[in-house]
Amino acid sequence: MTMEQPPVLEAQGITKYFYSPEKTKVLKGVSFRVHRGEFVSVAGKSGCGKSTLLYILSTMDTDYEGKLLIEQQLVTGRRPDDLARIRNEKIGFVFQFHYLLNEFSVLENVMIPALKLGKLSREEIEHRAMEKLRIFDMHQHALKKANQLSGGQKQRVAITRALINDPLIIMGDEPTGNLDKKNSETVFNIFKELAGTFHQTMLVVTHDPEFAAGTDRTIVMEDGNIIDDLTNSNLP
Amino acid sequence: MKSGLITSIARSLMVARFKQTLVAAIGVTFSITMFVALLGFMNGLNIMLDSLVINRTPHIRLYNDIKPNPDQPVGRVQAFAGSYNIIRSLKPNASRESIYNNEAIMNTLRADKRVLGVAPKITSRVFFNVGATDMLGIVNGVDVEEENHLFRFSDYVTSGNFTDLKNVANSIILGKGAADRMLAEIGDVIQATTSQGNRVQLKVVGYFQSGLGELDNVQCYASIGTVQKMTGQPASYITDIQVKLHHLEMAPALAKEYGAVFGVDADDIQTVNAQFETGTGVRSMISYAVGITLLVVSGFGIYNILNMMIYEKMDTIAILKATGFSGGDVNRIFTTIAVSIGIVGGAAGILLGFLVCLGIERIPFETEALPTIKTFPVDFNPKYYAIAGVFSLVTTYFAGFFPARKASAVDPVDIIRGK
Repeated sequence: MTMEQPPVLEAQGITKYFYSPEKTKVLKGVSFRVHRGEFVSVAGKSGCGKSTLLYILSTMDTDYEGKLLIEQQLVTGRRPDDLARIRNEKIGFVFQFHYLLNEFSVLENVMIPALKLGKLSREEIEHRAMEKLRIFDMHQHALKKANQLSGGQKQRVAITRALINDPLIIMGDEPTGNLDKKNSETVFNIFKELAGTFHQTMLVVTHDPEFAAGTDRTIVMEDGNIIDDLTNSNLP
Repeated sequence: MKSGLITSIARSLMVARFKQTLVAAIGVTFSITMFVALLGFMNGLNIMLDSLVINRTPHIRLYNDIKPNPDQPVGRVQAFAGSYNIIRSLKPNASRESIYNNEAIMNTLRADKRVLGVAPKITSRVFFNVGATDMLGIVNGVDVEEENHLFRFSDYVTSGNFTDLKNVANSIILGKGAADRMLAEIGDVIQATTSQGNRVQLKVVGYFQSGLGELDNVQCYASIGTVQKMTGQPASYITDIQVKLHHLEMAPALAKEYGAVFGVDADDIQTVNAQFETGTGVRSMISYAVGITLLVVSGFGIYNILNMMIYEKMDTIAILKATGFSGGDVNRIFTTIAVSIGIVGGAAGILLGFLVCLGIERIPFETEALPTIKTFPVDFNPKYYAIAGVFSLVTTYFAGFFPARKASAVDPVDIIRGK
């Protein structure tokens, strides 16, 4: 349905080797595209290379063969400072572990990427951060230190942080992997809401079949290859 | 805005590890304190020891040296021109010790803008007749006021009043060592024989103590008039003209110039007292070396603490990089931490060092040899404080350099995948 639109993210023949303990080919020429507004999951067994692929797509891992394009711009081979800027501006991350900075308050944690981008004044950023926290019902915890929150709350703050710069795409690496069933559901619902209400483009790596089934499209990987690309028919 | 963000992250990291940061800053403070105190004290002593000599020594001394005439008759014989003439058993000629036309020379010198002051002097060797023994002494005939103005004469007259030298006829101020040996007290009359054979009676009006024992055993002072009378010379008789300059460094050049212009021998202070300069140089070098060693050691402390902080904050570094901070930004965060420790520790150290110097300056230090010194001397030259400040920044910057580089090279993928 969106095929005529240019892709947001495009991988062309991504190949990656691990060198220790011995040279192993973990990704064997992976190619696919992600379009605007798509909620894509990458599923597969542990060790199939799905996380490795995500870190290459996130521009953090630069040691690979093949090409990576973001908004049709070639990203492969760019200088580290440029990549840092791309990550800051265009990509939001949600990891299995929340990675909040305990030295800062919840609000400041959310604000840091925007302060780094430096497009808005501090007051405007603070206002936006509060707005985003309100979406996830976290605004009453804004002034708490990050380590005073529960696991599920932390992950909600981490998602808010990923959204602060209105990124082109949100990447998740097992975002519910560390949470109990109830919190998993909450976080999953947040992702669903982002996809449904805000049409946020998202690429999430998961080994949870339930989570994968809830997304628009699932890329299934095995032994460094894409073996299946399913469009899920979800009823809203 | 961006640098504000980096500073605020650096500050948060420091607050989170407040104790370690404090220990690092105290290390810098301690070394800067010691550096400032050590240099201030060492150089205070240096200046005092040097001034023992330099205060009492003219920058340029004009006199007629006793030496053989360089123009020997054989040199004028045309037949031997171009040959080497070797003369044996040459003796100094009976040239006069007095400086010819000294009044005019002194007036010219006083008009010279480079000259601080001029004091005439006569040096005369005498024997003090004490009972059955004779003791050698040197009586310096001085212009009392000029001598005091240029060479702080009064500082070294430990008992009696130096102006009595001018006001009391046939008076003498004895070196402390000489007076002790002669058992001469103030008000006593002593007898001396000059090298011309004249016997004179002199009244003791004070004691002179320079701090250099050897000098105090022989050096005595009288007014110029008294010495001229003792030696039976006219009022124009002057053997030395002592010149003090505004700038000590100009002495060698000006000595050459005056020697040529006035046709007399001229010695400058650098040539005469070269060993003092050397001693001062070596002592300051040692104190700088010790001070810098202290700073380097505190630098290693900062290096360790930053390294530890980086290991503890791997997650923070990883997420900062994942959310768009470049290696350079992370580097700046840790460099900011190091330099902040340097600034705070250094400023506290400079202040404490100043207080320690004030403390040292109050410690009593009285010694027979140094009559003018009552407490330990300390030099408060701002130069040492500036050097300490610069060094605290430089060492902390370098101490932070390698840890910061390591932090900037952290690969976020390694950290995030490891969880």
